[in-house]
Amino acid sequence: MTGLEHYNYWIVIALMMSGLYALIARGNLIRKLIGLNIFQASVFLLYISVGFVRDGAAPILAPGVDSYSNPLPHVLILTAIVVGVATTALGLALAVRIHGAYGTIDDDQLDRQRD
Amino acid sequence: MILEHAQVLVVALPLLAVPVCALLPSRRWPGQFATLVAWAVLGFAVLLMAGVAEQGVLRYQLGGWAPPWGIEYRLDAMAALVQLLLALIAAVVFPYAARSLADEVDDGRVGGIFAALLLLLTGLLGIVATGDAFNVFVFLEISSLSGYALIAMGRRRRALVASFRYLIMGTVGATFFLIGLGLLYALTGTLNMDDLATRMPPLSASPTAQTALVFIVAGIGLKAAVFPLHQWLPDAYAEAPPAVAAFMAATATKVALYVLARFLFGVFGLEQLLEVPALQSALQGLAVAGMLAGSLLAMRAMDIGRILALSSVAQVGYILLGFALFSTAGLAAGLVHLFNHALMKAALFLALGAIVHRVGSGDLSRLEGVAHAMPWTMAAFMMGALSLIGVPLTAGFVGKWYLILAVVEQGQWWLVMAMLVASILSVVYLWRIVEVLYRRPAVLPARHEAPALLLLPTLLLAVANLVMGMHATPLVEWSMRASASLLGAGS
Repeated sequence: MTGLEHYNYWIVIALMMSGLYALIARGNLIRKLIGLNIFQASVFLLYISVGFVRDGAAPILAPGVDSYSNPLPHVLILTAIVVGVATTALGLALAVRIHGAYGTIDDDQLDRQRD
Repeated sequence: MILEHAQVLVVALPLLAVPVCALLPSRRWPGQFATLVAWAVLGFAVLLMAGVAEQGVLRYQLGGWAPPWGIEYRLDAMAALVQLLLALIAAVVFPYAARSLADEVDDGRVGGIFAALLLLLTGLLGIVATGDAFNVFVFLEISSLSGYALIAMGRRRRALVASFRYLIMGTVGATFFLIGLGLLYALTGTLNMDDLATRMPPLSASPTAQTALVFIVAGIGLKAAVFPLHQWLPDAYAEAPPAVAAFMAATATKVALYVLARFLFGVFGLEQLLEVPALQSALQGLAVAGMLAGSLLAMRAMDIGRILALSSVAQVGYILLGFALFSTAGLAAGLVHLFNHALMKAALFLALGAIVHRVGSGDLSRLEGVAHAMPWTMAAFMMGALSLIGVPLTAGFVGKWYLILAVVEQGQWWLVMAMLVASILSVVYLWRIVEVLYRRPAVLPARHEAPALLLLPTLLLAVANLVMGMHATPLVEWSMRASASLLGAGS
């Protein structure tokens, strides 16, 4: 149980933090969306890691195999990925409309135009 | 036959209506169609309420798969109450929206906007109907995504920015919730909420369980606009079309609060909650901070929509305070106020929508003397405002009264003081509106009342505030029952 054995979880944490940082610190709306996507991807990885069983086979019944990975978290996360795609699509659509209405997609400049 | 499936139909019906609505031609049809669907949903919700009153908890296995493997729909007293609230608000707001939204947006968008409104209703009803934790996430995102799209339909270009910021914040909240669910699943191997509740007690000291709890509370807290996670709300509700703001202010944050109560008491249970250090005092602190901060910010705002939205932040504080007492009386008081606040906030936003429809602005500086031109709309607004302050004989009084009783039961007098201060602040920010609207000379020279289709739903909700204030017993008794069964089952 050393730290490195669970390297996948460390990757999850690193991705989560960089995603959240980009989301908060970046002024460009597209970069915010990219940060959001990285943040969500880290959670997808978390679920995939949870379902993975070391030396486990793909969950298809076969003779001679008795250790399977848990398919449920993978299926769950498929749903979450679809939700993520929809969110990104809507976010991008809004960014396009904002650019049309304001001529900028920078958060600070949007704040300066008060109306 | 239909009755036995009502539990699913109440969610499936608006979902199936979405594509139909999107394809309907003409400006009027989509709104009228959505109204019919909302009334049918109300019918189902009333039937289900009667079913719950008779049998306690209704269960339905989707596709015949037994829980915990299949997704189970589970309706108890608390869920039935929130479901009825959703159906009621939809049934009153949709006909209003059929007139006001159709007037506000371009021809080509009318079908889409009502499709989004129905999808929002579907998501909210689904959250309440399901007994599966992951299903809650999916419905939460269905409702949120349609909510973002609807907010972006506001008159001003600012609505786009408000919608984008809400999208970023809301998605972070939902993802936090997702992390919490993942940890819970890793710990217990189940997503069925009943099953989770039975497996959690032996694991209450586990750091994974506590981390999951914190992620879920933070994620849902964001969706519910719990202070200090409320920043998205004032912009979003102030910029949204008034009918959308009325519907969302009355329902979206309430359903998030329902999810919070469901997870706190129905999944984790009291013992687990007390295991997490300082959780109770943190929740109470945030509730009080929200009550005061929301009211103080509302005193400075100039836009009526913004004032009402900020007052929602304060009211979420009251409801959260009820939950955070961790007692049967507190949870019941929270539920009563949850229901009643939906009625008053919907009435206020609908009245505002009627004013905006006539004057074209919700800014205080342009609304001098509007009350003289629109006496009936103003009467409804006053009713909602009195209820929001918590004047006796209105719905708002009942929730606050039971909340004070629940607080006093625990001897926490400083919380009573905080509630009184916040109520006094609400008098101040609402009086500012009333004062301007009655001032002379008026911007509208002659009598210019809102169209009947806007006025009737508004007056209906205003009267509902009075009725619920004078006949509070059924709601209070039902909330007590919901609270007792949830706390009994959860711990």
